[in-house]
Amino acid sequence: MIETNTQQSQAAVRDPVCGMEINPAQAFATRTVGEETFYFCSERCVKQFDREHAGSATTGTSDAGKLRRIELSVADFDGQQGARRMEEQLRALSGVQQARANPKTKLVRVEYDPSQTRVESIVERARAAGYTLGIATTQVDVQGMHCASCVTTIEEALQRTPGVLTASVNLATQQAHIEYMPGLIDRKGLARAVENAGYQVRAESATAETTLDRADQDRAQEYKTLVRKFWFAALISLPVIIFSYPQFFPGLRDWLIPGSDARRIVWALLGVITIPVMVWAGSHFFTGMWQALKHRQANMHTLIAIGVSAAWLYSTVAVIAPQIFPSQELAEVFYDVTAVVVALVNLGLALELRARGRTSEAIKKLIGLQARTARVVRDGSEVDIPFEEVLVGDTIVVRPGEKIPVDGAVLEGSSSVDESMITGESIPVEKQAGDEVIGATMNQAGSFRFRATKVGKDTALAQIIRLVQDAQGSKAPIQKVVDQVSHYFVPAVMILAVAAAVIWFIFGPQPAIIYALIVFVTTLIIACPCALGLATPTSLTVGIGKGAEQGVLIRSGDSLQTTKRLQAIVLDKTGTITKGKPELTNVVAETSFDEDEILRLAAAVERNSEHPLASAIVEGAKTRNLTLPEITNFNAIPGHGVEADVEEMHVLLGNAKLLEKYAIPVGRLVAESQRLADDGKTPMYIAVNGRAAGIVAAADTVKEESAVAIAALKRLGLEVVMLTGDNRRTANAIGRQVGVDRVLAEVLPQDKAHEVQKLQLEGKKVGMVGDGINDAPALTQADVGFAIGTGTDVAIEAADITLISGSLKGVVTAIEISKATMRNVYQNLFGAFIYNGLGIPIAMGLLYPFIGLLLSPLLAAAAMAASSVTVVTNANRLRGWQPKETQQVKEAQQ
Amino acid sequence: MSITNIIALLVGVTLIGGIAWFFWGPRKSGQRVAVTSSGYQEAMVLVKGGYTPDVIVVQHGKPVRLNFRREETAACSEMVIFNDFGKSAQLPTGETVPVEFLPEKAGEYEFSCQMGMFRGKLIVE
Repeated sequence: MIETNTQQSQAAVRDPVCGMEINPAQAFATRTVGEETFYFCSERCVKQFDREHAGSATTGTSDAGKLRRIELSVADFDGQQGARRMEEQLRALSGVQQARANPKTKLVRVEYDPSQTRVESIVERARAAGYTLGIATTQVDVQGMHCASCVTTIEEALQRTPGVLTASVNLATQQAHIEYMPGLIDRKGLARAVENAGYQVRAESATAETTLDRADQDRAQEYKTLVRKFWFAALISLPVIIFSYPQFFPGLRDWLIPGSDARRIVWALLGVITIPVMVWAGSHFFTGMWQALKHRQANMHTLIAIGVSAAWLYSTVAVIAPQIFPSQELAEVFYDVTAVVVALVNLGLALELRARGRTSEAIKKLIGLQARTARVVRDGSEVDIPFEEVLVGDTIVVRPGEKIPVDGAVLEGSSSVDESMITGESIPVEKQAGDEVIGATMNQAGSFRFRATKVGKDTALAQIIRLVQDAQGSKAPIQKVVDQVSHYFVPAVMILAVAAAVIWFIFGPQPAIIYALIVFVTTLIIACPCALGLATPTSLTVGIGKGAEQGVLIRSGDSLQTTKRLQAIVLDKTGTITKGKPELTNVVAETSFDEDEILRLAAAVERNSEHPLASAIVEGAKTRNLTLPEITNFNAIPGHGVEADVEEMHVLLGNAKLLEKYAIPVGRLVAESQRLADDGKTPMYIAVNGRAAGIVAAADTVKEESAVAIAALKRLGLEVVMLTGDNRRTANAIGRQVGVDRVLAEVLPQDKAHEVQKLQLEGKKVGMVGDGINDAPALTQADVGFAIGTGTDVAIEAADITLISGSLKGVVTAIEISKATMRNVYQNLFGAFIYNGLGIPIAMGLLYPFIGLLLSPLLAAAAMAASSVTVVTNANRLRGWQPKETQQVKEAQQ
Repeated sequence: MSITNIIALLVGVTLIGGIAWFFWGPRKSGQRVAVTSSGYQEAMVLVKGGYTPDVIVVQHGKPVRLNFRREETAACSEMVIFNDFGKSAQLPTGETVPVEFLPEKAGEYEFSCQMGMFRGKLIVE
């Protein structure tokens, strides 16, 4: 524990860091490690000591005196000014006595009164002020917890541990959830703290365990129980069926004659052995019914529970008091219904559960992508640490074949990276210094170092997972209709069952009460609210997951359903159809000059310029394998161009005004320049030693896949509209090149939303594709906004659908997925409605007067179990589905 | 019509009426949610065969935090969805899962499980 007080001691002591002899009474600070106390002469020494002993529980919070002290590591100080702002922000918090921020060590030291404020408030304040704190969260699996008091013991032990900000222990999951500062303590230290409190820590802790994993475990548990219950009920069913119908079994026929005592005793035994079937194997039906009844609600459990208990009660009355029935043949038993229905419905539930687990496989795959460890440079050496401990600003080393752990920007080195798992693009992307890398993507042959820019829940992968989960949890508009139906469904089935029973009792053939009972039970059992309820969400889960696999993030069920109905799609030209970055397109040489020579000189002059046109020229020269000579006397002439000396030649590069300024005649190049400008290109003159030498032109070029993707969109039945701020001539030229139906040119950026609205007024459902920032109003205005992803920023607010790959191909994929998914939803709903719509009337005996058909309750149970399994299986069929048009676009690209 | 038939008819009609009233009849008003020290309008919701309380009354313009605790294993209720607020949450058995949102407009909003079998109502005043 830190004790920054003055302890009384006479003898001089030695500062362990600098070795200076000091009087303990005048020590700047003290530290206690184990039994030994150390004294320090200055702040510098004590800090040095703290750094070296970071893991050994000597820093962090202090109980000495009333004030507590805490050190927070901050990732992104903005120099001195930022540090001062941070201090002000923290001091403004009541209870904070002192806050000192040091931008060099990236630490904030806060002294606060624990009775007035808490660490959480300080942390929250710093975060609210816009600072990223070096805080990691982790889960530790704790073993040996038996009671609720263990929870507090462990929590307190952890909270006392320096470096730990908050700790909460969950008894149910046997996990401690800890927020801590990786600079001060690591996972080993946390484990030690738990062990010191007297508990064990499971070694390979599931650090990245999510609620999904928990849901999975829950499901696995539930599945096991259901299967066990099924087998139990099935086993009991066998003798129950045999002895319920002795007339079909030669040996039993003569023994269990109707009315005999033997028959009554055997039946009574059947009644007894079916009790555990109801009480244990079917217990969830009864508890489910009871819980729902308390809320005045009814569900599948209600139907099954009433059905099986009605059958059992009737049978039991028939066994105990057969004399109350007017004739002997009415004293029948239906114990087989009870046992078999419980068995079959349990089997159906188990199968459905397993199939449902598969519907969310896509998201499990995404979660599985996360790299477990990162190789981080700490204090000059490379260390492997769990990915949760990576902080913003850390330098991370990636070797060939390794996974990139978090998002960041390349510092040095180069490599190609396979980003297909995130973007859906199968072609690896080249990465150089300054390029953005996405966490969870796979480095290939090269190696590089990068600076972490997003960690933890801010990484692209974490955001994708969250978006997909949210979307899978949303409802398609069609679900609202289904919800309305299912609201009335179960009580309505109960009413129908009662009505049918009464009608059969009054008008039915003899024995009327038996028929009434069979019809009552069958109607209850055959009705399957589950098939109805499962129809939409299961397909949606699979469809949205399928999108994520292909780099298409669909934000909600609503967007998915609307996408299917799109009639027109508006594409923003720049960055969507075109690359959004100029490329060298033309080199025109004056007689006596060589094209390559001109380009070589132009590129040499521009090599150090940052301007996009300049880099287009330099890139163009590089693709022609030209080596660029050194330049001298470089001079930029604002509004005109640049000049420099290259290999003893004076080179000018710029617009017409530049040549005018130097009184250089342009000659026939004027016409060329005009022609290029008309094509939407940007021409630049080059003059060598006072003579016009030629033109280099650059333009924003069309992406390779644009034309194929647009053709695919048209095949999908959409009207494709291009939107651009360019002049009509250029716009039409590009429009023709890619084959759009309609071109909207000369649209000012602020009018894009208005243009979308105009299309909507034509009565069309309009989709808009653009970037998430400039086109945000248009994306919002459109019925479905598709945002072209920009690297690691995937959570684009204005977008209904985010295309991570940034390619038009994604729009095709999105539309195909939405069509396939909605088709699947309609199939499911149709199936569920038809099933219930036919099944219930048949069970009620509607067909009996005509063709004498009446269902057995056993058959009803089998049909009910099969129907919900069928729905989920149909949804799972989507998993194997491949977008056809997207495939074609991909093939055309290769 | 014999006496038994008349009795059967009467019993049937009564049952039908009872079912309709019990499930669709008027419900008692919901539980009003208080603002806790966290600044949220905060309430616990038990998930067991349904939501308890299933009608929750909150005030508009103040953030709401509902802590769901699922105490059953039936897979039906493993997710709760507030579709109007674009919120959903997985509810692992035995864990308390907070769902936070800001109701800006007064009105009645439904929340339910994924299949719509469990439902509750949020009344925003």
